[in-house]
Amino acid sequence: MPAVKETVKQVDEISVDKYKFGWSTDFDVEKSPIGLSEDTIRFISKKKNEPEWMLEWRLDAFHRYNTMTEPEWAKVNYPKINYDNMYFYSAPKNVEGPKSLDEVDPELLKTYEKLGIPLKEQEMLAGVKKNIAVDAVFDSVSVVTTFKDKLAEDGIIFCSISEAIQNHPDLVKKYLSSVVPKSDNYYSALNSAVFTDGSFVYIPPDTRCPMELSTYFRINDQNTGQFERTLIIADKGSYVSYLEGCTAPQRDENQLHAAVVELIALENAEIKYSTVQNWYPGDENGVGGIYNFVTKRGDCRGKNSKISWTQVETGSAVTWKYPSCILRGDNSVGEFYSIAISNSYQQIDSGTKMIHLGKNTTSKIISKGISAGHSSNAYRGLVSSHRKAENARNFTQCDSLLIGNNCSAHTVPYIETKNPTTIFEHEATTSKISDDQIFYCGQRGINVEVAIALIVNGFCKEVLQELPMEFAVEAQKLVGISLEGSVG
Amino acid sequence: MFKVSNLTVSVEDKEILKDFSIDVSPGEVHAIMGPNGSGKSTLAHVCAGKEDYTVLNGEVLLNDENLLDLDPDERSTRGLFLAFQYPIEIPGVTTMTFLKSSLEAHYKANCKEVLSTPDFMKLVREKAAELNIDDDMIRRPLNVGFSGGEKKRNEILQMALLDPKICILDETDSGLDIDALKLVAEGVNKLRSESRSFIVITHYQRLLDYIKPDYVHIMYKGKIIETGDSTLALDLEKSGYNNYIK
Ligand SMILES: Nc1ncnc2c1ncn2[C@@H]1O[C@H](COP(=O)(O)OP(=O)(O)OP(=O)(O)O)[C@@H](O)[C@H]1O
Ligand SMILES: [Mg+2]
Repeated sequence: MPAVKETVKQVDEISVDKYKFGWSTDFDVEKSPIGLSEDTIRFISKKKNEPEWMLEWRLDAFHRYNTMTEPEWAKVNYPKINYDNMYFYSAPKNVEGPKSLDEVDPELLKTYEKLGIPLKEQEMLAGVKKNIAVDAVFDSVSVVTTFKDKLAEDGIIFCSISEAIQNHPDLVKKYLSSVVPKSDNYYSALNSAVFTDGSFVYIPPDTRCPMELSTYFRINDQNTGQFERTLIIADKGSYVSYLEGCTAPQRDENQLHAAVVELIALENAEIKYSTVQNWYPGDENGVGGIYNFVTKRGDCRGKNSKISWTQVETGSAVTWKYPSCILRGDNSVGEFYSIAISNSYQQIDSGTKMIHLGKNTTSKIISKGISAGHSSNAYRGLVSSHRKAENARNFTQCDSLLIGNNCSAHTVPYIETKNPTTIFEHEATTSKISDDQIFYCGQRGINVEVAIALIVNGFCKEVLQELPMEFAVEAQKLVGISLEGSVG
Repeated sequence: MFKVSNLTVSVEDKEILKDFSIDVSPGEVHAIMGPNGSGKSTLAHVCAGKEDYTVLNGEVLLNDENLLDLDPDERSTRGLFLAFQYPIEIPGVTTMTFLKSSLEAHYKANCKEVLSTPDFMKLVREKAAELNIDDDMIRRPLNVGFSGGEKKRNEILQMALLDPKICILDETDSGLDIDALKLVAEGVNKLRSESRSFIVITHYQRLLDYIKPDYVHIMYKGKIIETGDSTLALDLEKSGYNNYIK
């Protein structure tokens, strides 16, 4: 039976353990004192050998955090997180500051290999010749940064944020928290107090970054909150495309992830930020999984600047995420392309904010939400124009696709216009994959899983096209894998 | 080769097929005619494996394998093709992409080497041209906004690509203009061979002028009540079903 053989092979490959990155590696780890206190923060700062100003900065954030309470407005439910039981810093030992791949713990390299993340540039994607610089983050410490030297020739800085604090304090002081203030929200305050690592990018004026920059995140150690901090600055007339990809091993206890990403585009600069997020979503019964509470915001600070967010969200148990653009510079452009897939008991509350401040600013939002199983998937979007934002334009298209009868989709658009020349358009659709469509595909030899992947990929085509080539292929596969078992 | 025996099927406690049997040998064309609601589409759906039907009794055999034990995609890759009375729309998926997925599934299941993309596109264009289907249609989402006739021609295109052993055509002629009817009939005739059989469900004798059947069956209330040669269809056309319904 060739058909059966093929099926068995596919099942072996993908769904033996539904989440194929569901394993963890044993390392000796070094942890901060348990719980959150000034001591924890001093420990982290000392561990990272930070200058005094950085410690002060963190403590200030911590004091603000202490006055805030956890938000409850998002359309998600989860048990209260016990911050007293959590380690805020944990780093694999023996990997502090390796100078080259040879110095990296071989176990760690094996881990990356299993994840399919090669640290050597060409291995990034078999057959793709294009170079991608990878800054890999393992738990809290940035392990290795490749390509740094080559990029440095163009004056591009691509390193971990810890290194940037040491080596480029002026840039960090100038831009850190200039887009997401410490007290912007509960999680950004928390992140500011305890962030342990992340990526830093600076592109000098009139420079086009010659390769895609990429960070893979990985959460490994149990009971570790992950608090990345990413800061990307595109100086006048520059361009950069940045990819963020994430996987995490399977855990029964929920793990918190509260990152802050800040993008700054100066005059005539463009930043393209793409994310594929497939963290552990929990099992079929909703046990375990990552809590993903992220603050991502881009500031189109200069005239004619452009920031474009593209995201494919398939993982995490609970996601709370609104990559946003502040369109400050005249003629600036903000874009948000999103695919959010929820299955089993996943909860996603995601969307964007487009804040039009400058004249002739335009924004575009294409959101594709796919819900299956018992999941809940909400799009929440704010589009606003300031009094001075003459001729602000927005186009929003928000499509939901339902698979099965137990999931839900919600669309919550907020629109505020304070300038009469504003034109904001909003279109929304909801559709469902019908049994008739599945049967029709089946009649033509296409099995249920493939049929769903086919229909869903068709549904999100517009967004997939926005991803860099290397990512698009991976994302398409991910779409299929993440919806496995979604139809009885 | 293809044999339905003693098939009894119900939907929501209502028996639609009652002890239905038909035996189709290789290369034969059987026409099934019958009043609305007599169970023709139900038969086609049950053979292809659609859910929501309860099979109370009987077998559907293709080369001695009981298809009722298989999923729809497995029945398809074993060689059963159903041209739908109402083809389904799939937004977002272009016809070309759909055809490719379908053909690849068949090749894989039958351990055949998958065609390269250029070879595949060439093959599709060739077959499409024969059915007067233009490139534009192939690039549009599957069946979305297709006219009734375009949908039916698209079904025949898929049939031509998939190389099935038993083809069930459910009212493929209805909704076709005269030229399209000829094209579709030519398409079917071209596929006729010693090893491929057809069950043609139709209300109109006209189609049978083009596709000459070996047998004509009259179906009524879930079973075959009369079998004859092509003259039976001519009689029906003249005098209606009343003479046969007792
Ligand atoms: N899902 C269903 N639920 C309830 N009744 C059904 C269902 N499917 C079919 N039927 C009934 O079964 C009977 C046979 O339907 P079927 O579609 O097979 O007829 P047909 O011979 O193809 O008719 P037509 O010539 O109009 O296409 C009809 O009375 C129909 O209402
Ligand atoms: Mg019918």
